Formats: sequence, C-alpha cells, structure tokens
Amino acid sequence: MMFHRFANPTRFLRLADRVLPWSVLLTAGPLAVGLYLALFVAPPDYQQGESVRIMYVHVPAAWMALFVYTNIAIASAVALIWRHPLADLAAKASSPIGAGFTFLALATGSLWGKPMWGAWWVWDARLTSVLVLFFLYLGHMALMNAFDDPTRGRRAAAILALVGFVNVPIIKFSVEWWNTLHQPASVLRLDGPTIHPDMLWPLLLMAIGFTFYYVTLLLIRLKSELIGARVRVLSMSDLSAR
Amino acid sequence: MEQIETFLAMGEHGAFIWPAYGLTAAVMIGFTVSSLRDLSARRKALRALEAAMPEHGRRGGEAAP
Repeated sequence: MMFHRFANPTRFLRLADRVLPWSVLLTAGPLAVGLYLALFVAPPDYQQGESVRIMYVHVPAAWMALFVYTNIAIASAVALIWRHPLADLAAKASSPIGAGFTFLALATGSLWGKPMWGAWWVWDARLTSVLVLFFLYLGHMALMNAFDDPTRGRRAAAILALVGFVNVPIIKFSVEWWNTLHQPASVLRLDGPTIHPDMLWPLLLMAIGFTFYYVTLLLIRLKSELIGARVRVLSMSDLSAR
Repeated sequence: MEQIETFLAMGEHGAFIWPAYGLTAAVMIGFTVSSLRDLSARRKALRALEAAMPEHGRRGGEAAP
C-alpha cells in the first residue's frame, strides 16, 4: 500500500525536504497578496465599516481550527486501525498548531465582536462550541504527554480526538441549529457564497496561505519528531553499550 | 502623513483591527521560530550522537542535513 511506503522515516524525510520549498512558497505568496488586498484594496463593509478587515484573519483561523482537528481525527483513526507509525506523530505535531489557530479565532473574534456587538464575549452556540474545541486541543496535547509509556498517551489522545470530532459539525451548523449572535455562513453554503468577490478573493488567498502555513509547519515538526526518535534510540543504545 | 494616520485609524476601528493582525502575526511567527529552533537542536543532537558512535552503529537517520 502506497501509504505505508512513507512509514519509512528516511523516505518520508526525503519527501518532506522536496515538498518544503514549495510549501513555503505557497504560504508566503498567497499571504503576501492576500494581506495587501485585505488591508489596502478590499472595500469596507456597508454595515461594519473597516472592522470587516478582521474577517481576513479571523475566518481563515477558524477554518484552520476545524481543518487541523479533522486531520488529527483522521490521523488518530489511521493510527488506531492501521498502526501507521507516522499517523500518531502527525496528530502530535498538529495539535499545538490547531490550538494556536483556535486561540486566534477566539481572540480575533473578540476583537471583532467588541465594536460590532458591544461585547468581548457572548455564550452563543458558535463561540461556546469553538471554546470547547480549544479545550479539546489542550486535552489532546496533555494526554499525549500524560503517561510514562508514550504509546498509552498516544492511544488515549487518539481516542479523545475521535470522540471530540462530534464537535466539528456542531461548530459548523451551530449558526443554523440555534439562534446565535454569530452571523450565518456566507462562503461555504449549498447555494454558493453570498460575499462579494472583492472580499471573497482576499479571504480565499489568506485561507490558502494559512493552509500551506500549516502544511509547512507540520512537515518541519514531523521532521523534528522523527529526528527526536532517532536521537532517543541512539542515546539508549549508547547507554546500553557502556 | 495625514493619509498614514487615516489608514492606521481604520475609521476608528484601528484599535481592534491592528491588534487582531498583530496577534495573528505573533502567534504564526512564534510557532515558526519555535519549530525551527526545535528542529535545529535535534539535528545538532543527532549529529553529535552519530559522530560519537562507531561506524556500524550509524544506520538510518536523517537523509539530508
């Protein structure tokens, strides 16, 4: 199975080294253009004025919070079912990044909410479920490191990730299922986006930049984990040789 | 100068917009720096261990520095 070809750390590291320069380019390029359009070209909103520019960091961060958690859930399933050696490491490497994006979604959301809603925080369905997601990330990271035997920690974290995945559709549909202050979806809708192209393009470019930023960071952190594993093996064989 | 001030004010919402962008940049740059530092430290540790080991002990490991 092709999947298992990259279970070999050396083969994976070679692939990572080939992919990384492209990933960095696909991060920097869209982010640079997206930021320029978001801050200098995109028009203010007719209701929200200039504060709508927070959307260009808030929405991609929120999308990434969900995307990274979905990746962690998939990696956890692969780790539990097929015991693919990189799957656990991918979940471990992704968790802090996802937590970072979730924190940014909450913080930039507060900064947007204060001028628009008059409140830094409301306990509406969308905000509350994203806060739960943030706690799930923290729990995942804590479980990974909670046991003396790393295998037990990874297994417990994988189970938490899979159980917690129910929160992802709750977050997505919270603005439809409950009466929320948070606005409904305006991009990912069955009948197409309702957002003007002058705003949609910078938003999509920022989202692409954020996505490849995650890919870049994931590859760097996976390299780090694999090298760390090699260091541990060599350190132990060095100790036993003495 | 007035244009720059108007731009930074962002229609009186500058106090919310710039911290949002600043925080985003800080978190993303912070993660990048921390991840690269960690990778660099582990590479250094691996090179040191491999240099200290006899030839037959150096199997596998990093494909490229």
